[in-house]
Amino acid sequence: MNMTPDQTIFWSHGFVTINLTLVTTWGIMLFMVIGAKLITRNLRSNNKISRWQCMLEMIVTGINEQINEVGLAKPELYIGFIGTLFLFVVMCNFWIILPWYVPPTGSLSTTTALALCVFLSVPYFGIQKSGIGGYLKTYIQPTFIMLPFNIISELSRTLALAVRLFGNIMSGVMIIGILLSITPLFIPIVMKALGLLTGMVQAYIFSILATVYIAAAVQESVKKDKKIKQQNQTTN
Amino acid sequence: MDKDTAIAIASIITAGLTTGIGCMFPALSEGKSVATALSSIAQQPDAAPTITRTLFVGLAMIESTAIYCFVVSMILIFANPFWNHVIAK
Repeated sequence: MNMTPDQTIFWSHGFVTINLTLVTTWGIMLFMVIGAKLITRNLRSNNKISRWQCMLEMIVTGINEQINEVGLAKPELYIGFIGTLFLFVVMCNFWIILPWYVPPTGSLSTTTALALCVFLSVPYFGIQKSGIGGYLKTYIQPTFIMLPFNIISELSRTLALAVRLFGNIMSGVMIIGILLSITPLFIPIVMKALGLLTGMVQAYIFSILATVYIAAAVQESVKKDKKIKQQNQTTN
Repeated sequence: MDKDTAIAIASIITAGLTTGIGCMFPALSEGKSVATALSSIAQQPDAAPTITRTLFVGLAMIESTAIYCFVVSMILIFANPFWNHVIAK
């Protein structure tokens, strides 16, 4: 039984291998880029906007609101990264409604790549906000003893992000495969609907966790300023 | 009992135990967290969006422990390194 779409290989030469994961990922990327390009070709700002523009505006506004609720005050800075993650994972998990489609998020290589992006984006946004020194100081909060634990937590949460998404999607694909050999008539459809729900929830979880991690790195310096201000106010 | 049989028996029994025990405790804790979230939504319906979001994140965290166990047992059954080593000999 094929556990992941990595095992379906179309073409390989040396260490370059074209497998089903790569093909599906590039297909989804092309679909998203071309779709967004087509929709944003003629944007209007009066009250007669097209249906597609309305849909995109709803998505962007919704993601902005969610980022804002987690605690990042300027969602425009972060929606480029977090919104892309969310929409990509949603698209990957959504097309399981098509027959013979294997979601590329059911392969550990895709989810590891996404988790590594989150791992690298945390210092990027942290340094952008408060400089290298300010970001490195977040590692020794609250005391110096916490330094190794902070580093371990940074690594382990990246691993957890990757394995969580992979495990959820892979288990959905696997359960459908097993059920097809036991009760092929009706039950797999129900499990597929459940897999659709799981996929959407996991996409939400993935992006909201990325937002929480970025917010934790960005807010350390802001919090300190606030504390000092509050202390000044109380002493005054 | 030769080495192949011992490895097969150990992997299959361990895979079953891993998923069994690894689903039991996350299920208990998920039930507990959902029950608490429901009662707090009933007390304060205004805070429902915040509670729901936190609940979803927490549920995903709890469920990921069960998923880790599932992944380990899937590796034991379908991609067992020890079994592959014995087969390759």
